[in-house]
Amino acid sequence: MTERITLVVDGKSTDVSADPAMPLLYALRSELGLDNPKFGCGLAQCGACTVQVDGRPTRSCVTPVSGVKGKKITTLNGLGTSNRPHPLQTAYIAEQVPQCGYCLSGWMLTAAALLRDTPKPSDKQIRQALAGVKCRCGTHMAILRAVKRAAGSKA
Amino acid sequence: MHHAPVSRRDFLMAGGALVISVMVPGAVRTALGQTPVGGKPPLTPDELDSWIAVLPDGSVRAFFGKMDMGQGVDVAIGQIVADELDVAFERVDVVMGDTAFTCNQGGASGSTAIQNGAITLRYAAAEARRVLLDRASQKLGAPVEKLIVQDGVVSVVGTPDRNVRYGDLIGGQYFQLKLEWNKRYGNPLVAKGQALPKKPSEYKVVGHSIPQGVVADKVYGKLRYVTDIKVEGMLHARVLRSPTAGCGPVTVDESSISSIPGARVIREKEFVAVVAEHEWDAVRAARALKVTWAPPCTPFPAMESLYDHIRQASVTGREAPVNQGDVEAALKSAHRVIDAEYQWPFQSHASMGPACAVADVRVDHATVWTGTQKPHFARDGVAKLIGLSPEKVRATWVPGPGSYGRNDAGDAALDAALLSKLTGKPVRVQYMRDEATGWDPKGPAGIYRGRAGLDAQGNVVAYDFFAKGFTRQDVATNESDPKDTLVGQLTGYPPKPTVIFQVPAEAYEFANKRCGWECVPPLLERASPLRTGHLRDPLGPETHFGSESFIDEIAHAAGADPVAFRLKYVKNPRHAAVIQAAADKAGWSRRPYPNPRRGKGNVMLGRGFSYTERNGTIVAVVADVEVDRRSGRVWAKRFTVAHDCGLIINPRGLELTIEGNVVMALSRTLFEEVKFDRERVLSVDWTSYPILEIQDAPEQIDIVLINRPDLPASGAGEPSTRTVPAAIANAIFDATGARIRRVPITPERVRAALARA
Repeated sequence: MTERITLVVDGKSTDVSADPAMPLLYALRSELGLDNPKFGCGLAQCGACTVQVDGRPTRSCVTPVSGVKGKKITTLNGLGTSNRPHPLQTAYIAEQVPQCGYCLSGWMLTAAALLRDTPKPSDKQIRQALAGVKCRCGTHMAILRAVKRAAGSKA
Repeated sequence: MHHAPVSRRDFLMAGGALVISVMVPGAVRTALGQTPVGGKPPLTPDELDSWIAVLPDGSVRAFFGKMDMGQGVDVAIGQIVADELDVAFERVDVVMGDTAFTCNQGGASGSTAIQNGAITLRYAAAEARRVLLDRASQKLGAPVEKLIVQDGVVSVVGTPDRNVRYGDLIGGQYFQLKLEWNKRYGNPLVAKGQALPKKPSEYKVVGHSIPQGVVADKVYGKLRYVTDIKVEGMLHARVLRSPTAGCGPVTVDESSISSIPGARVIREKEFVAVVAEHEWDAVRAARALKVTWAPPCTPFPAMESLYDHIRQASVTGREAPVNQGDVEAALKSAHRVIDAEYQWPFQSHASMGPACAVADVRVDHATVWTGTQKPHFARDGVAKLIGLSPEKVRATWVPGPGSYGRNDAGDAALDAALLSKLTGKPVRVQYMRDEATGWDPKGPAGIYRGRAGLDAQGNVVAYDFFAKGFTRQDVATNESDPKDTLVGQLTGYPPKPTVIFQVPAEAYEFANKRCGWECVPPLLERASPLRTGHLRDPLGPETHFGSESFIDEIAHAAGADPVAFRLKYVKNPRHAAVIQAAADKAGWSRRPYPNPRRGKGNVMLGRGFSYTERNGTIVAVVADVEVDRRSGRVWAKRFTVAHDCGLIINPRGLELTIEGNVVMALSRTLFEEVKFDRERVLSVDWTSYPILEIQDAPEQIDIVLINRPDLPASGAGEPSTRTVPAAIANAIFDATGARIRRVPITPERVRAALARA
C-alpha cells in the first residue's frame, strides 16, 4: 500500500515511499527530516504545519502526500535564508517577534503569501489574512508590527 | 544588526548534533569542549566551575540552572555576567537546560529567572573576576587596585601596554575554587564567593535592549525543537488515554493493529501505548487499537453547576493570611455593605503543540530530551520511575512548543522513559492535540467573594475577600515524583495533592481587612483530565479578576473615581507611583462612572483600571474597550501598562514579555474555559478550547517601564498577567453599566448582562 512519491521541497526534488493517504507533514518531518513545519493539532486548526504549495499557504497536517506530487512545496527555510532573507524574516528579527516560535510557519508563510498578492495591506487585511493562525505566547502585537514593517520595506 | 549571543544558539546547535552522536554511555563532553588541566570538579553549587568557565580565546560560558521559555532571560543573564566580568556581551555564552552542565536552580519557575537565578550568576561572575585579577596582579607585578579590565583584557592603569588577557590567565583551566552555598536547590539556591558584585551605577551592558540571537534561528527555520530530536534506532510512540475520566483499560486487542507494520502495544498496569518504527504508523495504530475501558463513572459535576459544586463542597484546607482589625464587627456596623461573587473556570495551558520527549534508557544510565521547563526535576522523576539513581540520568532541555508552567511536557518525559525501558530502544513520544488540551494539568476553577462595608461618607470600614476553589497543585509544580505525572498515577503512584491557594497581592490599607481561601477536594483522586497544576501566574488572574473587579465595585458604590479611590487607600509610594503612571500615560481624567458618553449606535466605549503586585513587581493597567451592543463582542482596543520590577536588565525584552502577558491574559479573560460533562473533558482542540485570534488582538499596547536601579530586579514573566482581567471587566462596566463577574466574558454573557442591566 505504499507508493513512491516525488516531492519538490524548497527547490529540491526527493522521493518518498509512503502510504498515499499519509499527511504531507509526516512525509516532510519523519521521512525527509525537514522539521520546519510543526505538528500543532493535526486538524488544520492552528497553522503550525503550514507550507506553501505552489505558493498557497497549506496545512500539511491534513494534506495527503499523494495530493502534492510534483508541486512546489516551500517551508520556512525555503522562504529565505540568512544570506538572502525574505523581508518578513528581516522584519521578524528586527521586531523580535517569536517567543517559543513553534507557530512561526503558519504566520510567516501565510503573511508571505499576503504580501506577495497585496504588497501594502491595511491592518484589517492583515488581520483577515492571518485569521485562524494560532500563537499561544501572545506575540500578536509584534506579528502585526513585523508584517507592516515587511510591507514597508522593498521586497 | 542582531548580536548572535553565541550563547544558547550555538550550544543548542552543537547540542543537537551531540544528541545524535552521543550514544555511548557517559560520553558527555566536558563543558569546556576539551580536557582541561586538573580534572573537572563535581557539578555542585559550591564550585565556581559549576557556574563560570573562561575558554582559551577569552570567551566566557555561564551555566544557568534556570530556563528561558522564549522571553530572553538568557540574554539578560548574559548581560549580567558580561558586566560583572568586564567582557563584551558577545563573548558570553549562556548554557542552560542540561543536567550534565548546570546545577538545579529550579528551572523556569515563578518568574524568578532574574529575581533568584541571576543572584548566584552575578556572585559567581564577580568571584571569577576577582580570581582573574589576582592572577593578573601576579603576572603584571601590579596591585589589583591598579588594574583595569576592558573586554577581558587586564591592564595596569596608565600603562596599557602592560596587559594580559583572561584567556591567557585561565583559559581552558578550571578555577578549582569553592563558593559558599546555602545548601538549597531549586529557586532558593544561592552560592557566593568573596567578591561583591558591582554597583548598578557601574553597569555598562545591563540596561540595554540587546536582542535575542536565537530569534534569527527561529525565523530561518534552523532551531531544533524537542519535537525534532531524532535518535538512531528510535521508535515512535503514541499514548492512549481513556475516553472517559478515571476508567482504566480492561482488555487490549493487539490483533486490531496487526496489519500496521511494526506496530505493537506496550502496556504497564493502566498505561497503554503503541510503538512503531514510522511515526505515521504509530499514529494509525493508536487510532486503530481496540481497547475496552472500564464503564464510565461520573466524577465531574454537570458543567453548569460547577460553581454550585464548589460552594457546597467540603473544605480540605483554609487559611486567612491577611486578618487585620475586626472585619465582622465592622461589616455589622457599616452604613452600607457591598457583596459580590466572581467565578473563574478551569483553563488549559493549550500549548502551541502537544508535548514531546525522547528517551534512551539503558541498563545503567538514561538520557531524556524534553521540553519541560524544569529538566533537573524531570531527571529526578525519570530516575525514580525507571529505578536509576538521578546521577545516572541526564535530562536535556530542548525548546518545546511553548511552556507556561506545569504543562504536558512533564508527563511526556516520563512516558518516554518508561516506554524506552520497556522496549529496550530509544523512544520518541508525542501527544496528539486531544491529549495536549484535554489531559494537561489545568488552572483551577474557583469562586471569589468580596464583602465591603462603607460608612455614610463612602469610606471603606471593612474589606473581606475570600476564595473557595480547587487547589492549584493536584500535581506539584514539577515532575520530580512520578505521583505527579499521568504515567506514574497509572502505574502505581497515587496522586497526593497539596492544598495551596492564593490571596490578593496589593497594598490597600483598610482598617479592617481580611483575605483568605478555602480549598475543595479534587473531583477525581486518580489520573484526571481535570487535575490542577501551575498555569502561568497560578491563581493570579483568577484571584485578581475578583479582587480588582471588587475594588471597582466599591469605588462605584462610594461614588469615587476608580484611580482616585485606589490612590486613597494605597499609601505605599512605590505602588502609588505605578498607579499614577498608568493613569497619566492613558490620559485618565476624572469623570462619572460608568461612562455617561459611552458612544452612540451599537458600539459602546469604556475604560477600566486595575492594579496588582506579584513578588515585588507592581503593575497597573488601563484597558480601553469597545462593546458591541448587538453581538456582545468585546474588543480590548488599547492597553496602557505601568510596570515596576526594580532594576531593568533589558528594556525591549521586558516590553515584549509584558505584551505577551497582556495578550495571553486577554485571551484567558475573553475566550478560555475548559468544557466537560459528567464523564469527560470536552475541550480537546482549538475549536472546543478557543484562544484569542489576531482579529481580537489590541490595536495598541502602551507600556511605561519604571526603572528602579536601586532596587533588586523582580520578575516580569507573569505579573502583568494578573492585572489584565479585571481591567477588562471594569472597562466593560464603564462602557455598558453591566458588571460581568464570570470568566470567560463571552459575547453570550455580555448580551445576557446587557439584557439584565
